[in-house]
Amino acid sequence: MSEKLLLRFEDVSTDLSDIDNYVSDGGYETARAALRDRSPGEIVEAVKDSGLRGRGGAGFPTGLKWTFVPKGTGKPVYLLCNADESEPGTFKDRQILEHDPHQLIESMIISAYAIGCIDAYIYIRGEFSTGYETLCRAVADAYAKGFLGKGIFGGDTEVNIHVHRGAGAYICGEETGLIESIEGKRAHPRNKPPFPAVYGVFGCPTIVNNVETLSCVKHIIERGADWFKSIGPESGPGPKLYGVSGHVKKPGVFELPMGTSLRELIEVHAGGLRDGRKLKAVIPGGSSVPVLRADEIDINMDFDSVAKAGSMLGSAGVIVMDDSTDMVAVLRRISHFYHHESCGQCTPCREGTGWLEKILARIEEGHGTPADLEKLDSVAKSMMGTTVCVLSDAAAMPVRSFLDKFRDEFTAAVSGASGRGGESARAVA
Amino acid sequence: MTADRLAGGLYRKRGVPAESVPEMSEEQNKDGGAVEFGAEALVAYEEILTHYPERRAALMPVLWLAQHEFGWLSPQVLSYVSDLMELPLGWVEGVATFYTMFYKRPMGKYHLQVCTNISCYLRGADDILGALRRQLGIAPGETTPDAKFSLDRAEWLGSCGTAPMLQIGDKQYVENLTVEKVIDLVAKLERGEEV
Ligand SMILES: Cc1cc2nc3c(=O)[nH]c(=O)nc-3n(C[C@H](O)[C@H](O)[C@H](O)COP(=O)(O)O)c2cc1C
Ligand code: FES
Repeated sequence: MSEKLLLRFEDVSTDLSDIDNYVSDGGYETARAALRDRSPGEIVEAVKDSGLRGRGGAGFPTGLKWTFVPKGTGKPVYLLCNADESEPGTFKDRQILEHDPHQLIESMIISAYAIGCIDAYIYIRGEFSTGYETLCRAVADAYAKGFLGKGIFGGDTEVNIHVHRGAGAYICGEETGLIESIEGKRAHPRNKPPFPAVYGVFGCPTIVNNVETLSCVKHIIERGADWFKSIGPESGPGPKLYGVSGHVKKPGVFELPMGTSLRELIEVHAGGLRDGRKLKAVIPGGSSVPVLRADEIDINMDFDSVAKAGSMLGSAGVIVMDDSTDMVAVLRRISHFYHHESCGQCTPCREGTGWLEKILARIEEGHGTPADLEKLDSVAKSMMGTTVCVLSDAAAMPVRSFLDKFRDEFTAAVSGASGRGGESARAVA
Repeated sequence: MTADRLAGGLYRKRGVPAESVPEMSEEQNKDGGAVEFGAEALVAYEEILTHYPERRAALMPVLWLAQHEFGWLSPQVLSYVSDLMELPLGWVEGVATFYTMFYKRPMGKYHLQVCTNISCYLRGADDILGALRRQLGIAPGETTPDAKFSLDRAEWLGSCGTAPMLQIGDKQYVENLTVEKVIDLVAKLERGEEV
């Protein structure tokens, strides 16, 4: 796939965040035509037919999710765009938010029309100040052109977009945490069911979709479901944004067909490892997913293939580690993060994440014992499937997989002769 | 309400650690001046309300507005927001303490937050933090005596492709850092230059 769609801004010479440039490039024509020529039901069908699966982490079929909105409740329907981009290793949505926000807005107009939503929100993480400002300007410009508000494109559809800025809390990426946050609360995830499609924000039917997921909608409507299906595997096709970071020569976000091989991503697109270094480990989908060893990277990066290899595509944030990496130190960072970010409402997660970090700190600083490894494993096990949301599982999965895949390193670290300690060990204390 | 309760108590889990919240004093209050929105901020406040079907939902954007107006969310500021929005004070405190970007203590003019999460760590975030500690003479969580710089670790800033990096306040990202670059950055900020 040589032509870029989601990252079109890389291919054109003008600044697409400027509405006039975006319009000259053919922008908003797809939304205009869709609202004029197609019924909401036809759009839902097209998205369903395209096989688009959610890019936020879980890979749920988007069209199917949209059909869960109950009809005739008399309540408003809300569309929430998840721009929290909070999973460590993920920095893909930011590209769209900062460089091509109108692609997202146009897609949201079509999506809102399809599900019968008048008021849509974009929840953007507080840290993305540039993205926030760009987005606010883009939304204002779209109103000024009559692409948002009442009677858009001269028809009788009304769609409003509100931009809601987060303020630093990972858990707001979880869809029900995000909903609570928009309602002006602490972002404590809700028990499901009821699912947001039935009982979401302000007690109304709500669809939550990721930035990249929604951005695909415009292209599906423009080029057709068959075109979309022709890219990548049948079980979850389409163009995909992969973020590669860590010990590679050219870290960045790459738009490639779903199912591109992990080896190609690292060796070709990200320029391979730094000189003189060998690959040690790769986390393929954001820091919460199980780690892969260097000999496990001949896999295709799509939902089902990565799952078959024992990990998850997640948010497709690929973190590459070379042979200089201290796996104990990396795991401690990861555990520190989840401990810091647990919302605190469920005991296994609140206490478990604390224990994981404490034990790993001890091991990294050279005071661990072999019993600590068993403890890590049993604490992690007790955290899975026992809480309101899956942050707890997200914290436990890396621990179990690091212990499993890099057992020798952990065993050596608790052997007493590890020579551990020092400045780096204290850095996250 | 004491600062201690604001920081900890019920909201221990995601609040800032109690010891990092100084007791309120006249000195710190001066920082924000009178705790009341001016005419312009009130217009902004009214505009914010139009985006939500219920007033409570506007709390986060109103807290952002208050932080931009007063510098940080002191107990007085929270109490003002609670009165203005007719929300229980405990509710407003609960939300303010949950989100790390809402300041519960006065910050230096430049709040430097170094991302120390995994991708930044792999590319040398500890060296960057170390250089800043030496250069500024403060540890994370502290502010320089001249109130110019505050230093913190950040958990994940969504910028792994340009790691290591830091954020200044709630605004600018500075990316692809090296130790030389960060020392240069501090020097520029000292001189009040654009970065
Ligand atoms: C702890 C946690 C954090 C999450 N963070 C994000 C996030 O930052 N961005 C996102 O789009 N989805 C995130 N998700 C997934 C959302 O809950 C939700 O599934 C997604 O936004 C749905 O959109 P999609 O179907 O388009 O993928 C997170 C889930 C969990 C459990
Ligand atoms: S329910 Fe609180 S972090 Fe999952």
